[in-house]
Formats: sequence, structure tokens, C-alpha cells
Amino acid sequence: MRVRAQIGKVLNLDKCIGCHTCSVTCKNVWTTREGVEYAWFNNVETKPGTGYPTDWENQKRWNGGWVRSASGKLHPKQGAKWRILANIFANPSMPEIDDYYEPFDFDYDHLKSAPDMDHFPTARPRSAITGERMEKIEKGPNWEEILGGEFSKRSQDYNFENVQKEIYGEYENTFMMYLPRLCEHCLNPTCSASCPSGAIYKREEDGIVLIDQEKCRGWRMCISGCPYKKIYYNWESGKSEKCTFCYPRIESGQPTVCSETCVGRIRYLGVILYDADKIEEAASAERETDLYGAQMDVFLDPNDPEVIAAARRDGIPEDWIEAAKVSPVWKMAMDWKVAFPLHPEYRTLPMVWYIPPLSPIQNAAQAGQIAMSDQMPDVRSLRIPVKYLANMLTAGDEEPIVHALERMSAMRLYMRALSVDGVRDEAIAARVGMSGRMIEDMYKIMAIADYEDRFAIPTAHREQNEDGADIRGGCGFTDGNGCSSGETGKTTLFGGKKKNFALPTETF
Amino acid sequence: MFGNFDINFIIFGVMPYIALTVFLVGSVVRYERDPFTWKSSSSQLLRRKQLVWGSILFHVGILTVFFGHLIGLFTPIWVLDALGVPYGLKQWMAVLIGGPAGIAALIGSTMLLHRRLVDPRIRVTSTTPDIVIMGLIWLQLAIGLLTITQTLQHMDGSEMVRFMTWSQSVVTWNVNAWVTVVDVHWLYKLHIFLGLIITILFPFTRLVHIWSGFAAPVRYLLTRSGYQIVRSRRRRPLEERRHAFDKRQGESSPATTTPAE
Repeated sequence: MRVRAQIGKVLNLDKCIGCHTCSVTCKNVWTTREGVEYAWFNNVETKPGTGYPTDWENQKRWNGGWVRSASGKLHPKQGAKWRILANIFANPSMPEIDDYYEPFDFDYDHLKSAPDMDHFPTARPRSAITGERMEKIEKGPNWEEILGGEFSKRSQDYNFENVQKEIYGEYENTFMMYLPRLCEHCLNPTCSASCPSGAIYKREEDGIVLIDQEKCRGWRMCISGCPYKKIYYNWESGKSEKCTFCYPRIESGQPTVCSETCVGRIRYLGVILYDADKIEEAASAERETDLYGAQMDVFLDPNDPEVIAAARRDGIPEDWIEAAKVSPVWKMAMDWKVAFPLHPEYRTLPMVWYIPPLSPIQNAAQAGQIAMSDQMPDVRSLRIPVKYLANMLTAGDEEPIVHALERMSAMRLYMRALSVDGVRDEAIAARVGMSGRMIEDMYKIMAIADYEDRFAIPTAHREQNEDGADIRGGCGFTDGNGCSSGETGKTTLFGGKKKNFALPTETF
Repeated sequence: MFGNFDINFIIFGVMPYIALTVFLVGSVVRYERDPFTWKSSSSQLLRRKQLVWGSILFHVGILTVFFGHLIGLFTPIWVLDALGVPYGLKQWMAVLIGGPAGIAALIGSTMLLHRRLVDPRIRVTSTTPDIVIMGLIWLQLAIGLLTITQTLQHMDGSEMVRFMTWSQSVVTWNVNAWVTVVDVHWLYKLHIFLGLIITILFPFTRLVHIWSGFAAPVRYLLTRSGYQIVRSRRRRPLEERRHAFDKRQGESSPATTTPAE
């Protein structure tokens, strides 16, 4: 057993209201620079839909993630090492910027600077790459917002596999949900495996996957390697960039920006202890439907004395072990089994998990009553097909999803009985294999979702990681250029664009 | 002092040393001082069209030509004699392998240069060095192919031996190296001159990615055993931490208060 810790994440899709606050705050902090205007480290998609970049889930097209060979060995779907190197001159699986969207801005200035004209001045779009006028905007970061566009296009959604999708194109049967996405900070990331330079790495202390900007050479294999398409090529700097999990915040015990600002309070952060020796075996599970279970086997129970002893021996700090015991991520993924990895079939062992959404009973209006099974609403007749959720979260295995949805609707029944009738109905809890206390805890964390319950983030132990004397007089956080003046610009010795640096001045 | 001044001495006797010094020192300094600017500057994201074919033709072609020059020019002549390779045969090989490779590279670089100059996205995101170096390489390839017209007129390998002597004399610090190439055809001279110019510009352009291109396979295939990379910022490796922990446990100190490391 080799114990490591990671700050894991759970997103409760049952409560996501699709407000995009996460995306906007993330963008304002991380990707407002030239070259990454098109990049959204966090984005929210409306499902069913083809997403951003278009069709990202279709690995037949993009070759992301891993495949298991007949011998049981894993290699990236885009090819083993030699195959990746052979594609270094031109990557056949890499999306073009138009698969995301051509970044643009509007001529806002024209609204106030326009001369006296017969017609009202308008702010027309301009490409952020070329600066040229764009006559028609063909795509944006959230092009299918609230089921925008034709069903024929949206229904190319990969999660419709084995679903009779035609009826969901009918107005009466349509359904939708939001899917906020960010880097999964996988246990077995294909991006880092695909990098010929070895620039992408996972941090041992907190599991965050980062790109070393000084080692990245722009070979762009990570972009096609990542099945979630969460690595973005900065066309200005020529380096790849990705979600940093807001590591400067995480290190100081603060939630990531997207989690901190989430209006629906759907985001949870907590420590997960895992056994690094089991990663390869879990990712190589034979059947795709076994991957969800295999990943849970990698996680270690923080209340198990044996695990605690091993964790201490491997240098997990005491406060991290304590945090793992109260981790909301552990509770939702492991205790209650209501959270699932996004597309486990990619074999990356993702560490951002999702709670599937409940939805209205599908045929209630037609039947004149709610479809019940065993005195509970039948979750198989929910408006969002269980198969669709299963394709997204468990490689198509419906049982775990049904189980989770039943627990969530049992929570509602139980709490309704408690708050309306004042009765603690243990029978409801027992039907889904829980106790009343568990359900009340689940209600507190998932429904009330206080700040303290959502985030249990121990601070990084800098005293272990760095020597204060060594970093004295250092440059702190810079934009990838160490102690250099940041002049990576056009007029400097080594090419690029010169940036003007100005101190903020106060005006009186 | 300048009585017997000869421009040939400057270009073929002095300039190679300047070029190699700038090339090596410049590369080291840039790698050391500004690693963030060390990159291939791929523009595939912005426009795939014309890149896939252009880039593959160009790179495969120019790598063949590069190694052809490297092996052809720097294999000591006594090795050829020992192996019994006739000079004429070697020259034929150079023409038959280098020729098609050069044509492939020229076609590829024409596609890339056209794309760089005409495509609005690529044009506007190109820096001046990007365009200059692409133009120079295109010109160098064209001149290199034109020299074949001269080469075909003397297939006995005598000219080739002169270039071999010159290159090998340069790298063996022979001051009189330049004399061997004084009276060759001007196309060859221009080709060498342009090659030296490109060598000088190397560290100041995106060409530095060639170093990484050669390093990547070595690192990826040979020095990296698995696929994954995990970086630890802890000062001691896992085994050492475990030993220290086990030792502390033996010393009957209360385990729960042991600071983890």
C-alpha cells in the first residue's frame, strides 16, 4: 500500500442551475489573457448536446483516453509512445480552434465614438485572433444553452448510445440538465502520459495535475490525449494550459474559485486517500462497467486504523488524515454512493465526481398519477432516462445510478415526513439501505450545503516542501517566465510580443 | 596586413566558427535564461488546412536532408576508403536520396510558407523571425536543389570530397580549411553561406525546437520508463520517509504526535 492524498471534488448536478458563475469567475481569474480567450478551464454545458468543444465525448473522432489491449495492458487511444512521436509533425487527432469557437469581441467603442449617423450605431463582432470583422458568429462556448439548436444536431450526443432517442426530440418528452466541466485531475491522466516532453505531472501531495510551462514545448499531444478536452493550447505563448485547480488557493486551505463562487452551492471539496499501487490495476479493469467499482477500490477508508497507520508512515500529514475523515467527497462517493466519475470508460480514473440529477416523473401527466414502485417514485420513469445518465457516469451500468437516485428521492420523502409530519420514518431510509441518521447527515451536506460542510481543505505543508531560506528573494508567482522580466515580446531578443508593465496609479 | 585579404577566408574560414559559437552559446543561454520561450510554436490549432501535409512533407524531407549532410560531410574520408565505397557511388547516393527528400521538403515548405503568408490567422499571429526563417529555409532548399545541376556535371565525387575536407577541417581547427572551397561553383558557396546564416539565427528563432525534437524521443522512450509522472515537493523520497518513520516508532515516542514528513 502506498498512501497518497488528493483534494477530490464532487458536483451535485441535482442542484446546478446553469448560471455559469463558475465559468465566469474562473475565466476572470485564469484565462483573460491573449491566446486563451477561447479556453474555458471551467465551462457549463446543457445536456443533451454535443458540448464544448463540439463532440468532445466522441473518442472515435478525438482518440482521447486509454484503451486496453488484448494482453490487458493500457496505452493511450491515440497510440503508444512511438505512435505519438510519429505524429509530432502534425497531430491528426487534435481539434482546430473552430471546434471550440473562434474567439470574438464586440466593437463596444463604436457605440460611443461613432459619428453622427442616420442609423443607430451597433457593436459588431470582431475576431480576437485576426481582428477582422466576423459577419456571422457560428459557435460559442455555450452554443447549445438551454437546448438551443435543432434536436437532430444536439442528439448526436454520445450519451444517447443505446437510448431510443427519437422520442426525446418531441416537445412533451424533452429533457435537459447542466453539466459543469473542468479538469478531472485524474489518477491516470492521459494528458501527462501523452506528453513527449514530460511537462505534465501530478503532484504527490494533493493530486493536482499541472503543466510545467517551462518544459512544455508545444508538441500538443496532451490536447488529443485528454478525453475531456480540458487541455488548451495557448496560441500566443505556444504552450498548453489547463485548470490548475486554483492550487495557490487550495494550498492555503481555500476552495477553488469555481467552488467558492458557486451560487447553487453544488461543489464540494475534500481529501480522498488513495492507494497509488492500485491505480494501474484499476485502470486496466477488463470490462468498462467495472471501472467505477475498480476506482472505488483504489480509495482508502480514512477511518480504517490500518489505513491511518500506513498514511502516517507514508508521510500524510495528520491534519490531512483528519480532513479525510470529514471529507464530504468521501461521504458522497463512498458512504452514500451517490456520486460517480464522469465517463469512467476513458480509464483515466477521474477525481471530479458527479451526483446525477433527479427529474420530474416522465409519464405522470399521462398516467394521471405518479409512477410508484414500492411506495417510492420509480426513478426509472424519470424524465431524464437512466440509461442516459449511466452512459455519462458509469459506462452504461444503470444499477448504481438507480441506487443513487433512489437514495436521493428517499431523502426527500424522509425529510418531508420529518418536517411536515414530524415523523422520523426509518422505513423510508431502510428501503434504500440507509438509516435515518445517515439521511439527515446527507440532507445537511447535500441540501443545506453550508460552506463548512462543502469544503474540508487542509492547508499545504510548506515546511515539508520548501526551505524558506531557498526561496527568499524569489519571484513568487509569475506567468511562466521565472525571474525574467516577463518580456516575451516581439521586440525582445528571443521573439514574441513586448508587454507594457505599469504600476496601478492613484488619481486624486 | 590586409594585403592578401579574401572574402572567402571570412566566409569559409572565420564565419563557421562565429556561427557555431552563436549557435551553441545562444542555445544554452536561451534554454537557461528563457525556457518559457523555448517551443515549437505550432499553429495547428489555428488552421489545420495545409499544415498536415505541409508539415509532414517538410519535416520528413528536411530531416533526411539534415542527416544526409551530417553523415555525408563528416564521415572521415579514410572510413570511405576502408569500407571501399567509391566516391562516385557515394555522390550518387547523395543525389538519389537527398534529391527526392529535398523536393519533398521544398514542396512542404512552400505549402507552409504560403499558409503563413496568406492565411489571415497565421499571418497575424506570425512574428517577423517566424517569417524570415521560413523564407530563408525555403531559399536554402531551392538553392540546395539547384546545386544538383552542377553536381551532375562531375559525378566522380571530387567536388564532394572537397566539401568533406572543408567541413572536417573546420571542426578539427584547421585554419586553412577555407582554401579547399575557394573555387567551387557560386551556388555551392551561396548554399554554405546561407546555411551559416541560418545557424547564426537558430537560437533567436523557433528553430530551437529542433533540439527538443531530438531530445523528446530519447526522454520519452528511453529515460521515462512508464507513462505517468508524479512530482513530489517533499524533501525526502518515500522510502527514506518510511525508514525514518519506522525508526521513530521504535523509539517509543507517541505516534499520534509525530509530525509527518
